[in-house]
Amino acid sequence: MRTAATRTAALIGALVVWAAFTSVNARLGWVNPVLLPTPVDVGRATLDLLRSGELIRHLLTSLARVAEGFGLAALTALGLGLLVGLCVPLRLVAEPVIEFVRPIPPLAFLPMFLVWFGLGEASKIAFIGYTTFFPMFVAIAASVLRVDVVLLRAAASLGASRADLVRRVILPAALPGIVVALRLGIGLALFVIVGAEFMGADAGLGHLIMEGRVFFNPAQIVMGALVLGLLGSLLNALLLTAERRMLGWRLPS
Amino acid sequence: MTTAGPKIQIQGVAKSFSVAGRAMPALAEVDLDVAEHELVCLLGPSGCGKSTLLNIVAGFLAPSTGTVLVDGRPVNGPGPERGVVFQEYALFPWLTVTGNVEFGPALRGRPAAERRRTVDRYLELVGLRPHAEKYPAQLSGGMKQRVAIARALANDPAIILMDEPFGALDAQTRETLQDELSRIQRVEHKTILFVTHSIREAVYLADRVVVMTSVPGRIRQVFAIKLPEVRDRFAPEFTQYESDITRVVKEEVAKVHE
Amino acid sequence: MASIVSNVSTLVESGLRGPALERRRTLALRIGAILGFLALWSVLAGLVVVLRLFNPIFLPGPWLVLGSLVELAAKGQLWIHVAATLQRVAIGFGTGAALGVTLGLAAGHLAPVRNLVEPLVEMLRPIPPLAMLPMFIVWVGIGEASKIGFITYATFFPIFLTTVTGVRQIDPLLLRAARSLGARGLPLFTRVILPAALPDILTGLRLGVALAFFVIVISEFIGAEHGLGYLINDGRNFFLVPQMLGAAVVLGLLGWAGSALVRLLGRRYTRGQQTA
Repeated sequence: MRTAATRTAALIGALVVWAAFTSVNARLGWVNPVLLPTPVDVGRATLDLLRSGELIRHLLTSLARVAEGFGLAALTALGLGLLVGLCVPLRLVAEPVIEFVRPIPPLAFLPMFLVWFGLGEASKIAFIGYTTFFPMFVAIAASVLRVDVVLLRAAASLGASRADLVRRVILPAALPGIVVALRLGIGLALFVIVGAEFMGADAGLGHLIMEGRVFFNPAQIVMGALVLGLLGSLLNALLLTAERRMLGWRLPS
Repeated sequence: MTTAGPKIQIQGVAKSFSVAGRAMPALAEVDLDVAEHELVCLLGPSGCGKSTLLNIVAGFLAPSTGTVLVDGRPVNGPGPERGVVFQEYALFPWLTVTGNVEFGPALRGRPAAERRRTVDRYLELVGLRPHAEKYPAQLSGGMKQRVAIARALANDPAIILMDEPFGALDAQTRETLQDELSRIQRVEHKTILFVTHSIREAVYLADRVVVMTSVPGRIRQVFAIKLPEVRDRFAPEFTQYESDITRVVKEEVAKVHE
Repeated sequence: MASIVSNVSTLVESGLRGPALERRRTLALRIGAILGFLALWSVLAGLVVVLRLFNPIFLPGPWLVLGSLVELAAKGQLWIHVAATLQRVAIGFGTGAALGVTLGLAAGHLAPVRNLVEPLVEMLRPIPPLAMLPMFIVWVGIGEASKIGFITYATFFPIFLTTVTGVRQIDPLLLRAARSLGARGLPLFTRVILPAALPDILTGLRLGVALAFFVIVISEFIGAEHGLGYLINDGRNFFLVPQMLGAAVVLGLLGWAGSALVRLLGRRYTRGQQTA
């Protein structure tokens, strides 16, 4: 139902509506035209920032923070998630921590991270790491624990040792779930990085957007938002293709 | 013939599970010897513990009392000398048919050329050579089970344990696979312990049929099936065995419903 | 004979989940777990002081956090902040939910509405809602309206999308059966489509509540005088870490309560149906 063609058509449609609405407003002056930037305004702002290299700089800063924070969190979540399946006492210790921390919105800890790590890169990376770690860990642990006993039994009867079981059964069996968890983590990272860059930052897309507010430049806000949206869609599409290629064996022909 | 002594010795094995703090006996004392190259069927109503017994011989469960000896040595967990075929196929979905069949040899580090020969041989045996590069998701139930059998055989175990392997298949496929198994056994001569609840299947395949009681499982009666290697399901002798065994099983089933 | 790391026998007997852990007296275990966590936290905080690892102001023990909350409560201030946050969430979520459900039902049921609304939603969906917060501030200023408007915007999308899905994914067999029994127009809608879509709508509402609490904090960091988010950020100025942690915990509790409430309501109104 939702093909690429209809989606592109929908996006073009949206663009047209946006252009129409804002141009009419600019002409008739219902609202201060600065507050409702037209696509052209946004395009102009984008070009300005591209030319000065600012856009690229802030984009890369945000990406670097996401990559580092997510990377750390993913590795830890993977390691601990696997271990949880193999080590019952660890599971008993991990569960209370998760239950306690899970309901608290990660953004509530942002100021804490600023206090702990100061205003530099470390606080942003640590915050992204914290935000993405728990959901990924929970998802990975769940998919590890869900590995069917029957597969373990089959491998053991074929002569598998414990190391064999981990490497050749548990990991491949949990892989689909792990990939989903990673996709979830990236999505979450992109979701919160903006917020994390609203305060205590002097670089990044979130900062750029907030600057648009401070200097009363809504076109810059819209530009930042659109860039983020584009980034998210691109990353998501990339991850989905990678996922499909890696996990082609799941589909019946 | 081979060494003296039975291949599998089940001695005084009993198993009890604790459910919600209470002990639920699944198996009461079972004593059974399985000779080498024999195909023995464990037959009985649902829940009579036959699968539990098989799992104990396979080494997936430890018995509450008693021991299982294989070649005179106690069983202490699963091992490659006891291959298993499961009712749910248990194929590794991320591996192709080839990947599945060569799993055991690959674990032992056999060289690629040797593995390829092994895979070819056993896929040929179960009639699935053309499907070597398919994934389990692309196969039918009957084909999956044949891959499972090939996988177990490729590891060259002396013993094969089969837990209602054809239970999830339709009647037609079921009979086809019974024919296949009979044919394979005539070639490979493994020692097979086969769990089923189908009397017809048991009479078709087994050298001996062990009828088990309902919970807690015990051996009720052992029937020696004196029929030729290639069996005719409609021969009067066949049907006679069927009705003899049916009578015994029906009495056990009636007890379950009391 | 269980070692710390499961061996092959344990793994083949009961899988990775392990045996006895299946039977869970869930509430008792959860409480025990939380107490265990508090104990662990206390020990760590104590170690920091005793071993002089770093300035203990950075890791106050749970008793200090509780103490700061009690202090705020005693001064009557805690309630003001909690009320401020709850008010914004309630109004914002309420509006977002109302809009999301009505538009969602309309868009799910009527193609023209769908064709009109979906392009805009498609364009806005990949953009993290947080990115639009400054826009709201520019449009409406720093006061309550921008916060509430922002919450409305943020909660609208999941609710709208799940409602549309709920309506579109109704088993066509159900519709066919209802029509053959004479249902048309409005009765068809209220008696068949709405109840059938309800589980999905409730899932969307639950997501919306969670999202509302998720994003409210950040809107209270900027230009607020009251609210739990304000408490957290304000604590930064004087390193009032216990206050920051305490407010965060309270926020977590409120969010959890909100989700639980929606789930309970959901169970009441969708008896027998499957809730996600």
